[in-house]
Amino acid sequence: MSIFVDDDTRVVVQGITGGEGKFHAGQMIEYGTNVVAGAVPGKGGQEVDGVPVYDTVDEAVDAEDADASVIFVPPAFAADAIFESLDTDLDLAVAITEGIPTQDMAKVNKRLSETDTRLIGPNCPGIITPGEAKLGILPGNIFSEGNVGLVSRSGTLTYQVVDNLTERGLGQSTAIGIGGDPIIGTSFVDALEAFEADPDTDAVVMCGEIGGEDEEQAARFIGEHMDTPVAGFIAGRTAPPGKRMGHAGAIVSGSGTGTAQSKIDALNDAGVPVGDTPEEVADHVEDFL
Amino acid sequence: MKLHEYQAKSIFADAGIPVPDSRLATSVDEALDAVDEIGYPAAIKAQVHVGGRGKAGGIKIATDREEAEQYADEILGMDLKGYTVDQVLVEAGVDFVDELYVGVTMDRGEGKPVLMVSTEGGVNIEEVAEENPDAIAREHVDPAFGLHPYQARKVVYEAGVDADVALDVASILSTLYDLYEENDASEIEVNPVMITGDRDVVAADAVMNIDEDALFRQPDLAEMAEASYEDDLERKAGEYGFDYVRLSGNVGIIGNGAGLVMTTLDLVDYYGGAPANFLDIGGGAKAERVANALDMVFSDDNVDAVVFNIFGGITRGDEVAKGINEALEQFDEIPKKVVVRLAGTNAEEGMEILNTDLVEVEKTLEDAVQRAVANAEEVTQ
Repeated sequence: MSIFVDDDTRVVVQGITGGEGKFHAGQMIEYGTNVVAGAVPGKGGQEVDGVPVYDTVDEAVDAEDADASVIFVPPAFAADAIFESLDTDLDLAVAITEGIPTQDMAKVNKRLSETDTRLIGPNCPGIITPGEAKLGILPGNIFSEGNVGLVSRSGTLTYQVVDNLTERGLGQSTAIGIGGDPIIGTSFVDALEAFEADPDTDAVVMCGEIGGEDEEQAARFIGEHMDTPVAGFIAGRTAPPGKRMGHAGAIVSGSGTGTAQSKIDALNDAGVPVGDTPEEVADHVEDFL
Repeated sequence: MKLHEYQAKSIFADAGIPVPDSRLATSVDEALDAVDEIGYPAAIKAQVHVGGRGKAGGIKIATDREEAEQYADEILGMDLKGYTVDQVLVEAGVDFVDELYVGVTMDRGEGKPVLMVSTEGGVNIEEVAEENPDAIAREHVDPAFGLHPYQARKVVYEAGVDADVALDVASILSTLYDLYEENDASEIEVNPVMITGDRDVVAADAVMNIDEDALFRQPDLAEMAEASYEDDLERKAGEYGFDYVRLSGNVGIIGNGAGLVMTTLDLVDYYGGAPANFLDIGGGAKAERVANALDMVFSDDNVDAVVFNIFGGITRGDEVAKGINEALEQFDEIPKKVVVRLAGTNAEEGMEILNTDLVEVEKTLEDAVQRAVANAEEVTQ
């Protein structure tokens, strides 16, 4: 089993006619994902790699029974595209787009609280259930099927840790990149809750980074609600205060909140071992299983 | 993106928020013309993108023409935390009896904008937040509805603002929220709002930061964007379009993706080295961009050795290898040892292309970092 996506997920790609959308739709299909439709205003009736394109998500749902979307739409139009997915009551929307204005995301966040749709991202690599489905831009070849769940704020760091796991024969049930923006849909807690409920996830890796308090919240959740063992990693131990480390959300504020140390302490307090290196994270997972 | 105080105040004034009379000056003569019009006391305030200008000597109050000349001369051209002051705001001094803090920012935990008011104005609000969080009243705004006027009043009363000025302060706060929305601000802060002996309310300082991701729809503000780099290397990084932060160590670091680059920094530290920089080449970098990144790190005199770590998703190992070759083949002698680690998309193709006469290669992140740390130690010994 897995969380959020599997063999049955039927995907509509918003922005499938753009460069990124077209390339990654192809990659997703190659991986075995059911990409059933594209949605691009004004491009209805076309085909991309044999996938029918519709003008609206609503039409794609009516005609192809899509239940999840992947959004490759430029930042200026991305919030609108997310709203379209939410208002069409899809089960899942995965927003890859980087650079969506924060105030747009605040409005999306408000709408999210009123719908049953799950949003992953934005500014994220997406989600993959190895051997079943990939929604996003993660390189499929580094993943392997297994029982380790992974949730991470960062894309390439996810790949690094997955590589360390796969090298040792530790396959993954599902891996999710939740994104590095200040306002995101699915949080660490949401993903951890789903992994805890998944009978086929026997261990979880959580990769956090400096900034915000999501990791601290996740630590509290783990301490109170999880039996599945969790290993942690926190990036940004050496980041100086007040400097943004790439991600809009990755900043230690002047007053010292959001530091790596506060996150590591919170995780340790919840019984979560935190690796000093990605290799050590894999050591911990090996110990769990 | 930060606005200068004078830019923010001009936006405030246009929206009807009371601000002190002021003039911008770029020379001592202009500053003197300004004080002649404004009168005394007058504040001479450095217009640079750093916090704590007052403590650093960037704000002085002149009580006569002689002082005004002396202070303008001192402040113009001074170095303030690495920034050269080339303009000052000359502003009428406000005779105040009380100071407040008001601000609007995004509460990322809640995913909503939040209004903040405190009667402990004029001091560092982050310290207040830490030591006496109850001294700051907060009110979240539903971004779908926008601000209801009662919310501004509620938070002002809750903060304990004197009743006779509360509605004036609420009106300023309400206008600040409108400006926050209209301008895609990430933060607006007035610290202090001054209350005069005549019970007038004046915005004596102004901080306004704009969400850089929204500049595409804020063309007037985008024009105000000015490079605010702390040194030439950060300027160069800005021109190349890299996410770059300079640090104090001697191991240069290049990688793709913020989380992985941060991790590489942490590993350099973990294995006993000291990172010289954070440099994220971003996703999908082509050969030229890779060469630019190497050029950046080579031109940092502090760097003694370099680690280049790529885990390709969108980024392709063959493109990275081409860029590394291009950058290094132009040297007769490689200026600093470079350790390369390629993984992910097209890593094998990349390894075949990579000219291993010019670089050292490692298979894992841990090994690559340890080798670069050792290379840096060799240079410093």
